[in-house]
This record gives sequence, C-alpha cells and structure tokens, in this order.
Amino acid sequence: MTTAQPVDASNLPMADPPVDGGSPAVPAAGGNAPDTAVPAAAYLAVPAAGGAAPGVRAQGAAPSGEPSESLIRARALTKKFGQFTAVDGIEFDVAPGESFGFLGPNGAGKTSTMRMIGCVSPLTSGELSILGLNPATDGARIKARLGVVPQQDTLDMELTVRENLIIYGRYFDLSRRDAGRKADELLEFVQLSERANDAVEPLSGGMKRRLTIARALVNDPDLLLLDEPTTGLDPQARHLLWDRLYRLKQRGVTLVLTTHYMDEAEQLCDRLVIMDKARIVAEGSPRSLIEQYSTKEVLELRFPIGVQETLGSELDGLAERAEWLPDRVLLYADDGEAAAAVAHARGLRPEAVLVRRSSLEDVFLRLTGRSLIE
Amino acid sequence: MSAAAPAAGGGARTPAGTGGSGIGLAGARPGFARGASHVFEFRARVYRRVWRGSVFSTFLSPVLFLAAMGIGLGGFVDQGNAITSLGGVSYAAFLAPGLLAAQGMQTATAESTWPIMGGFTWDRTFHGMFATPVSVGGIVFGHLAWLVARLTFVATAFFLVMLAFGYVASPWGVLGIGASVLTGLAFAAPVTAFSAGQKNDTAFSAINRFLITPLFLFSGTFFPIDQLPAILRPIAWVTPTYHGVALARGLSLGTIDPIGFAVHASVLTVYIVLGTAWALLAFRKALSK
Repeated sequence: MTTAQPVDASNLPMADPPVDGGSPAVPAAGGNAPDTAVPAAAYLAVPAAGGAAPGVRAQGAAPSGEPSESLIRARALTKKFGQFTAVDGIEFDVAPGESFGFLGPNGAGKTSTMRMIGCVSPLTSGELSILGLNPATDGARIKARLGVVPQQDTLDMELTVRENLIIYGRYFDLSRRDAGRKADELLEFVQLSERANDAVEPLSGGMKRRLTIARALVNDPDLLLLDEPTTGLDPQARHLLWDRLYRLKQRGVTLVLTTHYMDEAEQLCDRLVIMDKARIVAEGSPRSLIEQYSTKEVLELRFPIGVQETLGSELDGLAERAEWLPDRVLLYADDGEAAAAVAHARGLRPEAVLVRRSSLEDVFLRLTGRSLIE
Repeated sequence: MSAAAPAAGGGARTPAGTGGSGIGLAGARPGFARGASHVFEFRARVYRRVWRGSVFSTFLSPVLFLAAMGIGLGGFVDQGNAITSLGGVSYAAFLAPGLLAAQGMQTATAESTWPIMGGFTWDRTFHGMFATPVSVGGIVFGHLAWLVARLTFVATAFFLVMLAFGYVASPWGVLGIGASVLTGLAFAAPVTAFSAGQKNDTAFSAINRFLITPLFLFSGTFFPIDQLPAILRPIAWVTPTYHGVALARGLSLGTIDPIGFAVHASVLTVYIVLGTAWALLAFRKALSK
C-alpha cells in the first residue's frame, strides 16, 4: 500500500526569477493600475515548491467587485452561425494586467469568443468593448494594439523566419528599419535567433509556435490573445512558452488565453472562466474554483479486479462526494489521509491508495462532465 | 525588448495612420492604401524567393508559342492568301499582340487561383493579415496591385520581343502592354473572388481546362473570330479575352478607332469593377465569420 502526495502543479515559470532584477512584488503594470498590482503580486508570492500557501493566490487574484476600467467588457455576448449558437449570452470583464483564461471542452465556444475579441468575427448580439473601443466600428484601431496567437499558425511558409516577423511588423505600419530591429529582438526573446534566415517549413512544432508568439508581439501589444497556445507541443516546448508568457505578464501585458490543459490554466491564469455548451458555468481564480467546487483533497482507491463491483455501502460517509470510475473510486474529502484510515478500519484492502490535492481538473470534470462531447 | 507600457498609455504606440481621423466614417479606414502597400510588399517578398519557377510559364512559354505559331506556322500561312484577310500583315504580326493579351489572362489566372486559396486554407496567410490593422480592402487591393506590377513586367518583356522581331507596326502598340494588364485584371478580379470560396484546388484544373484554354484558342488570339460559326461569335463578344486581344491587336497594328478602343476598354473595366466588388465580398465572407 502506497500513499503518495504529489507535488503541486506550480512548477516552472515561478522557478525562473525575473532576470532584470525587478522585485517580484512590484509587477510592471503597477504604475497606473493599482487594483491589478495586488493580484499580480499575490500570484508571484506563491512559492515555487508548491503546497505551502495556495490560498494567497485565490484571495489576491479574485477581483474586488466590478473592475472600473475593464480592458475587455462583455455583456450578453452572443455568436450564432445559422441555427447553431456558439456563444450564448456570456458576460465577463478582464482588467488591465490580468491573465484571464477560458477553459472548456472542444466546441464550448472559446475560439468563437476569442475571434470576437480579436475583431475578426462580428457579434450576433450583446455588447463587447475592447480597450474601451467598439470592435464593429474601430476594428483596425483595436487590432493595432492586439497580439493574436491563433489556434492554427498563420506563418508564411515561403518566407524566412526573420522575414515572417518583418512583414508582420509592416502590417502594423512599422518602418522597415524598426521592423528589422524588432524582428531581431523578438527572435532573441523566443530563442530563434539561430534560425533567423531559415525557412519556416522545417521548424519543429514548438519553434513554429514560438515564432507565432514572436509575431504576435511585433507591435508591443497591450493585450495578447492566445488560442490554445501549447496544444500539440512537447513538455519542454510548453515550459519554454509558459516562461515567455510569464515574462510578458510581468511586463504588464494583459493575457487572455484559451486552453484545455488544467496545468496551463493553473500556471498562467489569475482568473478564469469555465465554458461549457456556449455558456460560462463557473468563474474565479484557480484556487477559489477548487475551494468552491471541490474538496481540499481527493482519495483515490484502486481495488483488485472484480472487487470494486462487489462494494456496497462500505464507502458511505467517508467523503463529501464519491465518484465511481471504471477502474477506481474517487473520494472527495478535506482530509484524505483520515478517510483512508477509516476505509482501512472498515476492512477495505485496496490495491493502491493515493491521496492528492484537488486540482482544477477535478473542478473541470465535475462541471463539464466526464463523457466525451462529440 | 523594452518593457511594455501599461495599457492606458498604449495609445502612444498606436501606429500614426490608425489614430484619430478615421472614427466618424464607418468603413473609411485611414490605413487602407497603406495596408494594400504592405500586402503588395508581402507578395513581392514571396516572389523574390520563387520567381525562378515562374519564368517558363509567364515568359518563355508565350515566346515559344510566338516562335512556333508565328514563325513556323505563320510562314506557311503567309504563303496563301491569308495576308489579305488578316489586313495585309504577316501572321506573326497578327498573332503577337493576341498572345500579349492572352498571356495577361493566363498569368493573372494562375496567380489568382492557388495562391489565393492557399492563403485561406494552407498557410492561412490572409487570416494572419486580417488579425492586424490590414483590412479586407487592403488585402484585395494589395493583391490586385501586385498583379498589376507582375503583369506589367511580363507584358513589357514580351512586348520587347515583339519589337525586336519587328512585329509592332504602330507606335500605339506600346499601349498593348496596358491592354495585357487590363485583360489580366479582368480575369484576376473574378477568379480571386472565386478562389476565396474554395476549400481545395479541384476546381482550378477545371477552370484551366474548360475556361482558360478554350478562351485562349477561340477568342481571336490565333484567328479572327469571323472564322467561328455564327452561333459562337456572340459568346466570344462577351468574353474579356476577345476584347483584350482586339484591343492589343488594334493598337499594335494601328488599326483601332476611338470607338473600338472605348468599347474594348470599357468591357474589360466592367469585368474588373464587378470582379473586384465580388472579391471584396468573398474575402469578407471568408475572413470575418
């Protein structure tokens, strides 16, 4: 019988202290947005080792009431394609300097929402204001201040890596010289300087994604939109990207991202909404969502083949909630060890016992269901 | 990389062209022409990498046609009484301006099929552009402006060959370059619109087989359309190829009258205007869902 206590998911970006010596407690955005300084600082205060003080993040990250100057403000935002409703009257606010996430299964409406924010998809109804402007009338002015990392790369395969950045800078009316300088600077930032004059096609998926992110930064955007930024990448590439995104966040860039990776959401998001079937079903910081929708810990019991089916009331009362999966039973309890002890006292002899902290994934699966949506 | 300024100060970094003036007029974007110029630059940068592959199709091929048909077949034709029915010029001199116009059609169609569809579905380049301040109009007009440059280049090269062989009878012949560009645009605009709605390239070989090749052969390029059965002539009259060929030939041989010039140029212009309007709608539909 083994009892494992897995390390909390918060591993990489915080482990990498800011190079430019800035104290983590003073985020770059602090200058003009005092209300956002608090969540950013609180987020940074979470220790890299994980586990000790997760509550700090939750309190700090939760915005206090209605943000007065939202960077993005959506009210009854709706998108329909013919009869199909992709986004069904959602409401949210994103504050300057915040990292905001859309979580949800495929088809939940995340990308449609992102496209509306990116001013490439007109809304069907409702209100949307981005940087204080109306996307229907000021699309070009908004886009001038956005960086967009789309779900599918839009790199120009016939141009070199560096040229991809230069031409993109030109789309933002940068002079050729500025575009060239910016290109070199960004290649450095995403660690692609050595591939500057190579073709794009042979780059690995992670390199292409980094190039796409570099391209999205060519205009020094105030708001960076990332649609599933790390889908399909290997762990090394994901961690490198997270690190770069975290640095941008420290510089005060507002990040809005979609993902269906829970660890990514926990890493990057101060606050997030979970979407399901075109609607928002929950909102909060990763920690507060776990507190609200799950217990502190989860006890996982795996029984020898055939035993789980014979169990009746033996597990009753052990936990707030029990979930029976085909191969194991999940018991949601604030004290997993205690629940395990009770189970043992009742004579249960599972093959494996795992006590772990509740994760965002538990919340996600509870809210959006375990069955495949197809 | 410099630290990004806080959101409220972002206006300072807004490119000059998009600031201020354009708010009142819906759709009137100050950076419109500039957007088109950036898209033009994009096509030019791509072309700088791929031009070798296009040398044969856009330049060598019409020259070979001119050599085979004009000199080879033409020498044969000129022995008969064709010279009188062609208006007293050699077959090669008759054919050359026709090829000049037809070359515009072929070049423009090729540049407006795969590259356009690919920009939506393969590289998704147009989606990338549309995420920036570049507008739908900037993308469409940038593409067409690039084609004007490219068509002018290939037509000028071909015209110089005509000149060297002594096939240009009138000083007006140099305007045949413009006729070739207009003919090309009359195809480029609607074909671009059509390509924007395509999910794959299956339709393009059909376009070449059933549209471009018959137009190349039967719109007056190789023989006057009087030779066509009477029932087919009206069809030729409504095609841009017929008008482009007639325009280029009339100019090159010095036989065109002002009315003919106006009619041919107008028909081509109508194709260009309607095709461009269609392209703007098609691009908006494909990009702004």
